[in-house]
Amino acid sequence: MRAPSGPNVAVGDVLLSVENVSLSFGGVKAVSDVSFDIRKGEIRAIIGPNGAGKTSMLNIINGFYQPQQGRITFNGQTRSKMRPHDAAHGGIARTFQNVALFRGMTVLDNIMTGRTLKMHKNFFWQLLRFGPALTEEVEHRLRVEEIIDFLKIQNIRRTPVAQLPYGLQKRLELGRALAMEPDLLLLDEPMAGMNLEEKEDMSRFILDANNHFGTTIALIEHDMGVVMDLSDRVVVLDHGIRIADGTPDEVKSNQAVIDAYLGVAH
Amino acid sequence: MDLLYKIFFDPFVQMGSAPDLLVQTLWEGLVSGVLYALIALGFVLIFKASGVFNFAQGIMVVFAALTLVGLHAMLRQWGVSSGTIAAYLALAMTVAVMFGLAFAIERLVLRPLVNQPDIILFMATFGMTYFLIGLGELVFGGEPKVMIADDLHLPRGAIDVKMLGGFVSFQKLDIAAALIASVMVAVLAVFFQKTRIGRALRAVADSHKAALSVGISLEQIWVVVWFAAGIVALVTGIMWGARSDVSFALETVALKALPVLILGGFTSIPGAIVGGIIIGVGEKLGEFYWGPLIGSGIESWLAYVIALVFLLFRPQGLFGERIIERI
Repeated sequence: MRAPSGPNVAVGDVLLSVENVSLSFGGVKAVSDVSFDIRKGEIRAIIGPNGAGKTSMLNIINGFYQPQQGRITFNGQTRSKMRPHDAAHGGIARTFQNVALFRGMTVLDNIMTGRTLKMHKNFFWQLLRFGPALTEEVEHRLRVEEIIDFLKIQNIRRTPVAQLPYGLQKRLELGRALAMEPDLLLLDEPMAGMNLEEKEDMSRFILDANNHFGTTIALIEHDMGVVMDLSDRVVVLDHGIRIADGTPDEVKSNQAVIDAYLGVAH
Repeated sequence: MDLLYKIFFDPFVQMGSAPDLLVQTLWEGLVSGVLYALIALGFVLIFKASGVFNFAQGIMVVFAALTLVGLHAMLRQWGVSSGTIAAYLALAMTVAVMFGLAFAIERLVLRPLVNQPDIILFMATFGMTYFLIGLGELVFGGEPKVMIADDLHLPRGAIDVKMLGGFVSFQKLDIAAALIASVMVAVLAVFFQKTRIGRALRAVADSHKAALSVGISLEQIWVVVWFAAGIVALVTGIMWGARSDVSFALETVALKALPVLILGGFTSIPGAIVGGIIIGVGEKLGEFYWGPLIGSGIESWLAYVIALVFLLFRPQGLFGERIIERI
């Protein structure tokens, strides 16, 4: 069980609320009439069996999918339609279930792309890489170095990403998302396919990111032990429907959740 | 024996006995190499940023040059008396046209094809090629035109340098072309490697969804990169056009960029220039010293042979990103 959140984290107002959202692909209902919220500073888990609509939910929040029905309010702004790079502008960062890094680029460059939206110097300075553009570049490089220290990946700074083992790629993806200094960080199965040691490392980074940077985190995860340890609140989906929402303890003892995971005798 | 002597010794004896001729040949090779490199550069830009081999780069060169010449003629007709002013006005307008072209390509071709396999985008560039040929002929006519080199104040004439017991002549235009190409390559290389927009371009080439998730706008990046490729095409068009003339035949020169790209690596800007120079110099040396052995004309295929040999040893090209496959 996770100890009460660290002193620097004040779980507070609602940061994002999802109201009656539905999404279907043709005849398949991926998400139907789901509502839940995410509060500032918390770690919120979205769990459910395979095909429950978890990733679809993340894709909706992130703007990759447009829900047919429902409303999403983020940071006080309600919207019906949004594109992914608008979500990024608004302060939502994410990682992907199957790692999506820039494989041909180095670790450093990958994290630097996370700073894209924070850099504003115009095209012509950039073309010359001189004057203001250079100053800006150096400034952001410093921030990126902090993240590299935080994730303890100093020794692979200049390694092309495609050469890295899977566990490190996952970690780097977290780093790139953190470089965006997001208000809301969405993690899609950050520990999938990792061994125990790697999982422990990743859990530590997620908790630290939440503690030190005060980042609000929503994560999808299959490892129940990890989910119960990490998260403040858990929402459970099954076949696109919300079947439970509450603290890890509440969810664990919920009969509908147990049925969804273990199956019911018919 | 006699044949072996002719292949392996005689050419080098010739080189040694007339070093001024060798230098002249090397220079000619260098210049055509730089021009090949310019064309290859246009391909590399688009390949780096979208993973697409842009078949239309060749026609973009022709289209840019035709637009420049055509607009110049129009301006003169409308009463701009000074050729120089008309030329630079036309240049600015052509830059605007290339921007419009990039914008239109993004809007009408690339955007509807987001997330399609690369081969689909490749085919779309075929379509663009034929569209641009048609449009170019419709607006400017099909007959060859003369590049407005004088009005643009490109240098003319040659510098003859006395060296190695003879004369070597350097065309001023060639020197200018080499300089401009070098500066362009240097700027683009730094831009790609070290700046925010450069990184964003490479990011888009690697993964669309990851790029979107960090807030890169695909639309914007594509316009930037096609515009940059358009500018490279314009410069290439001016330089090639000033050496021969501006016609649709220029388009086939673009095919010479293929061996250059294979040699230099599709993703490397310095690779384009080194590849271009190796091909250019190799071609000229081959033509001059070994060509007579088989009755000349080897210039048209030698480039491909050189590229093939390199391909055997470095499939990713001299400077290409290493191909890494984790198993």
